Amino acid sequence: MECLTLEGNYGNPASRSHLLGWKAEEAVETARRQVADLINADPREIVWTSGATEADNLAIKGVAHFYNKKGKHLVTSKIEHKAVLDSCRQLEREGYEVTYLEPDEKGLISPQAVADVIREDTILVSLMHVNNEIGVVNDIEAIGKITREKKVIFHVDAAQSAGKLDIDLGAMQVDLMSLTAHKIYGPKGVGALYVRRKPRVRIEPQVHGGGHERGMRSGTLATHQIVGMGEAYRIAREEMHEEHERVLALRNRLLDGLKNIEEVYVNGDVEHRVAGNLNISFNFVEGESLMMALRDLALSSGSACTSASLEPSYVLRALGLSDELAHSSLRITVGRFTTEEEIDYAVEKIHEAVAKLRELSPLWDMYKDGVDLDQVQWAAH
Amino acid sequence: MAYSDKVLDHYENPRNVGKFDDEDANVGTGMVGAPACGDVMRLQIKVDDKGVIEDAKFKTYGCGSAIASSSLLTEWVKGRSLTEATEIKNKDIADELGLPPVKIHCSVLAEDAIKAAVADIKSKRDGELE
Repeated sequence: MECLTLEGNYGNPASRSHLLGWKAEEAVETARRQVADLINADPREIVWTSGATEADNLAIKGVAHFYNKKGKHLVTSKIEHKAVLDSCRQLEREGYEVTYLEPDEKGLISPQAVADVIREDTILVSLMHVNNEIGVVNDIEAIGKITREKKVIFHVDAAQSAGKLDIDLGAMQVDLMSLTAHKIYGPKGVGALYVRRKPRVRIEPQVHGGGHERGMRSGTLATHQIVGMGEAYRIAREEMHEEHERVLALRNRLLDGLKNIEEVYVNGDVEHRVAGNLNISFNFVEGESLMMALRDLALSSGSACTSASLEPSYVLRALGLSDELAHSSLRITVGRFTTEEEIDYAVEKIHEAVAKLRELSPLWDMYKDGVDLDQVQWAAH
Repeated sequence: MAYSDKVLDHYENPRNVGKFDDEDANVGTGMVGAPACGDVMRLQIKVDDKGVIEDAKFKTYGCGSAIASSSLLTEWVKGRSLTEATEIKNKDIADELGLPPVKIHCSVLAEDAIKAAVADIKSKRDGELE
């Protein structure tokens, strides 16, 4: 609030000529240091953006446009966030070539798979640290070694991992990293792109104007948003290890409560997985109807960005799940404010809902009668 | 997605859930949709000697709107002749339940289900009621 009122810190951080501007600049620079500290970076490597989506756009298009003389080939995976996939699609329309790696059945991209597709003209590898739907964690440290050795720029979307997993950019050879505030309880509409200084990485700006953020991203800074992001990152740094243990215990309690249901499948690797995520399929129960039964819990079927569409999750499809199982999935997230009582309540509600919906499901009937659903001639519609 | 009160009511208290014996000569079964598309409806009608639907049952794998569409359909077809039953249009179901555009296909599926069930009983009776 302090940054929104006339009595408070109201100045424009880019105004260097008066006290109000200096005070705002100081607040922004404090936040920049707080963000940098969480990932062990230099504050000068942090470029403010409107969120991770903009950071992804800036990283991918920025690298592609700057280094296009060197090559026009990019590498990413099929289960990236839409901000990455759609940026790559746009570059394909501009004449670039993109290789979309298939994850293994656990949702992971192996370092070897990356090494295998890097070519002479490859300029960028873009992979997410933690997947937003299934929570699996890629080994970005190992992948970074490969990209550095092959002199290819490595971009990591860390929207789902910053503040949840240890990120040490002193050790990880990541060149660009997208960050967001709202996934760790900061304000919506603000994020950042980490841009490595040593070895120096260059990007072509995507928003032109007053040359803010050392020319990489013009536009007056949203002081109040940035201060909120800094504070969120400061708190995350203090509490993340303790928080990790607590959240993991709750997630395991949830999984223990659900795994005795018949025909239940966890989607994605369980071991290499962020603590707060559980993505689970209840065979023969359609996900949306299950969410409807659980509408007093905040859950999602598919990713939030695409839950308006009726397509099953492209992430789960890429893992090789059948359409049925992909249609029958639920993503449950455990967070800072989740309690043990809520977990127990969710377990009870899900048991009830699955039993009720299976009672309603002709597929469950057929399964119980021993009908092989794959052999049935369905009328696709 | 916001659901209408009628959809919620049918979803919370679905009418006529169940299954008749497929082999029964008086039962017509319509199974439409596909698991891969996220909806499968099975509608069954029990038809008396005069060709009047005396009972109906359904089971549906699908979203709340698909469940509500088929539940409503079982209420509507009871007491109708086979001809009257096939006159139920998807628009009637969509209007009654207040389905949003993205859920219209659920009502289309319900219309397909009753047509399929009627066709099934007709083929079982080999056209004797035509």
